[in-house]
Amino acid sequence: MGTFIGIEYSTWWFLIVGALFSGYAILDGFDLGAGAWHLFLKKEESRRIALNAIGPVWDGNEVWLVIGGGALFAGFPVVYANMFSAMYIPFMLFLAALIFRAVAIEFRSKEEMAWWRTMWDVSYSVSSILLALLLGIVLGNILIGIPLDENKQFTGHWLSFLNPYAIMVGVTTLAAFMMHGAIYLGLKTKGKLYAQIYQFLKRAIIFFVVSFIIVTVYTLIYIPHLTDKIQNNRWMFVIPVIAFLAIANIPRLATKKKFLQAFLFSSLTLAMLLVIVALELYPTIIYNTADPAHHITVSNAASSSKSLKIMLIMAAIGIPLIATYTYFVYKTFWGKVELDEHSY
Amino acid sequence: MDVEILARIQFAFTVAFHYIYPPLSIGLGLVMVFMEGQYLRTKDKTYEVLAKFWTKIFALTFGIGVATGIVMEFEFGTNWATYSRFVGDIFGSALAAEGIFAFALESGFLGVLLFGWNRVSSRVHFISTVGVWLGSMFSAIWIVVANSWQQTPAGYQIVGEGVNARAEVTDFWAMVFNPSSVERILHVWIGAFLAGAFLIISVHAYYLLKGRHVELSKKAIKIALGIALISSLAQLVTGHASAEVVAEHQPAKLAAMEGHFEENAPADLYLFGWVDKEAKEVTGLAIPGGTSFLTHQDFNEPIRGLDSFPQDEIPTQINAVFQFYHIMIAIGMGLIGLTILAAFYWWKGTLFDQKWLLKILVISVLLPQIANQVGWFTAEMGRQPWVVYGLLKTSNALSEVVTANQVLFSLILFFVIYALLFTLFIYLLNKKIKHGPDESPLKDQRPRQREVSNAFSN
Repeated sequence: MGTFIGIEYSTWWFLIVGALFSGYAILDGFDLGAGAWHLFLKKEESRRIALNAIGPVWDGNEVWLVIGGGALFAGFPVVYANMFSAMYIPFMLFLAALIFRAVAIEFRSKEEMAWWRTMWDVSYSVSSILLALLLGIVLGNILIGIPLDENKQFTGHWLSFLNPYAIMVGVTTLAAFMMHGAIYLGLKTKGKLYAQIYQFLKRAIIFFVVSFIIVTVYTLIYIPHLTDKIQNNRWMFVIPVIAFLAIANIPRLATKKKFLQAFLFSSLTLAMLLVIVALELYPTIIYNTADPAHHITVSNAASSSKSLKIMLIMAAIGIPLIATYTYFVYKTFWGKVELDEHSY
Repeated sequence: MDVEILARIQFAFTVAFHYIYPPLSIGLGLVMVFMEGQYLRTKDKTYEVLAKFWTKIFALTFGIGVATGIVMEFEFGTNWATYSRFVGDIFGSALAAEGIFAFALESGFLGVLLFGWNRVSSRVHFISTVGVWLGSMFSAIWIVVANSWQQTPAGYQIVGEGVNARAEVTDFWAMVFNPSSVERILHVWIGAFLAGAFLIISVHAYYLLKGRHVELSKKAIKIALGIALISSLAQLVTGHASAEVVAEHQPAKLAAMEGHFEENAPADLYLFGWVDKEAKEVTGLAIPGGTSFLTHQDFNEPIRGLDSFPQDEIPTQINAVFQFYHIMIAIGMGLIGLTILAAFYWWKGTLFDQKWLLKILVISVLLPQIANQVGWFTAEMGRQPWVVYGLLKTSNALSEVVTANQVLFSLILFFVIYALLFTLFIYLLNKKIKHGPDESPLKDQRPRQREVSNAFSN
């Protein structure tokens, strides 16, 4: 395996995949969260504004998932193949929800009838909630580990993805996205709707903090492989400390109505939580609960050194380009939502 | 039913459904680039009205294309785990390149294309349209590169064995420019141009027949017909080039396409026919030695027939491959005839008076769609029993841990969702077409004309 600045290509790729999924969590996180709140908004105009707040960006956000999935496939084909086939049912439900959501956003505005709009509102909101839950459930299974045989093939029951820990992580993910989404909506709205969103945000923060504490306590007590590295390396404490400070800052900034800063801190929260996950798992990617001596790791799952090198070059060229387009789009649509004839 | 056949049906169904949309997006994108370019050049508002109208239909096809495309990406991992491990080192880099270079460009600019009309200048908007279109073109490059590598693998070595065997890249550019890449990318692109151009021709021919949006529709048809004429002729060239690659690198596929069984005899070129696999003969109308002539420029040159291959290394559905291939050829020829005829009347200045031709153009939208579908069915079924030609069989490429019941569940799920999606797509497409372009920006000049005519009639 080749190295770059003393770090193996496979580790670089682990970092890139991690960065892509963090980017995905931050970006699609706010629009899934906004979707989860959708049915709590009662007025047609409020719903339209909320939908148009994510209108120009949700599709670009979803691309991070496509790129993240592609990067996982490219860098760690064994993880991609074995994890996706092990989690068959949740991934199929995920795809179904993803389609319903995209279609709901596109089709809702195409007819005036109340039943039509209600149908797509329900479809949009329920699928947003389901997507957040399923993402969290898959993450939860990665955290707790799955049973594998000597060929690294899944040996568990097809329903075992629905274990209590994974469900807790799912709920926490939903809560984090709802908080993140409410902050985003606060940035994009004004007047009465803004006041209503502010009430949502207060509830979302409580929902997130409670579910986060439950997951953290459970993890500390029952899942040593997710806590021992930070416990054994004192300097790493800095990361959970940053995460806790970021979380604590969100209600403080929200009460001061500083939504942009609050958004940055909720983004930082999501990123730091994923950094903790990556740090604790590395060099394992999929923890084998059947045989703790044979995990799927960064080294035994990676593509060839040559392939990783090619893709690192691509990433070095491509990621600044992506950052530029993203900046351009957000700049074009910066500020409060104004509905016009091109809106949803 | 066993897992293999269910997984194949699911993949074929989801990919065939997906493939209705990206070609439309690529083709519509090209025409929209021309429309906006014309607007910037001539400042004729008609072109902007056209571009805005087609952007709305583009949004519909693009949205469904993205949603159904993610399904394809995930299915590699969920249903074809052994395949994913085998090709990951190679296929992965193509998919990653698609994501990084194509999707990001496409989706980045899409927001501006759809919602930015009032927020950016018409020049920046034009650049965004070009960006989205180029993104969709790049996307096609990488996907076809990955598929072409499965047809004609190059630039790799095999490492490991059994379920853990995999192909590793040894030469990236040899992998990208494998023997069939270039011909197939061009063939796919042009097929997409035809799909988009014919949708535009069809809709505007319908308006002309109804006497609606007349001036607008004439301009739109001229742009789209120009593209369709060049594309249908060019498709003959890229099609022939692709067939030559098949003849050289995938002889069993070529033999199945023409129903050629004899081990070492000149191969006929069928215009149409029916293959009897048991009797090993084709009933139909053929040019004797025609396929030999097209491949070797000699009617008597022998070509390897299906009998010369091990019988577990040839496609099982020979008649299907034969029929799909011949439908594609027939449609391709039909499109050439149709576009030349339309261009002839355009040159004579009477195209828009030929009601019968406009009626044919309205229904012709289906032809490139069918040709694109059956073309892919020929390529993929003709490659069987291999998923990676000569290296990995489809039956060995599955996920070991996924059961038939799970696949049946997801197959039914996709079937229901896609049936709903297609119904909605047709309903909304029809509605948008019935509603038509919003010509109000053009009316700024009209009250004056009306005043003038009123003055005369008084």
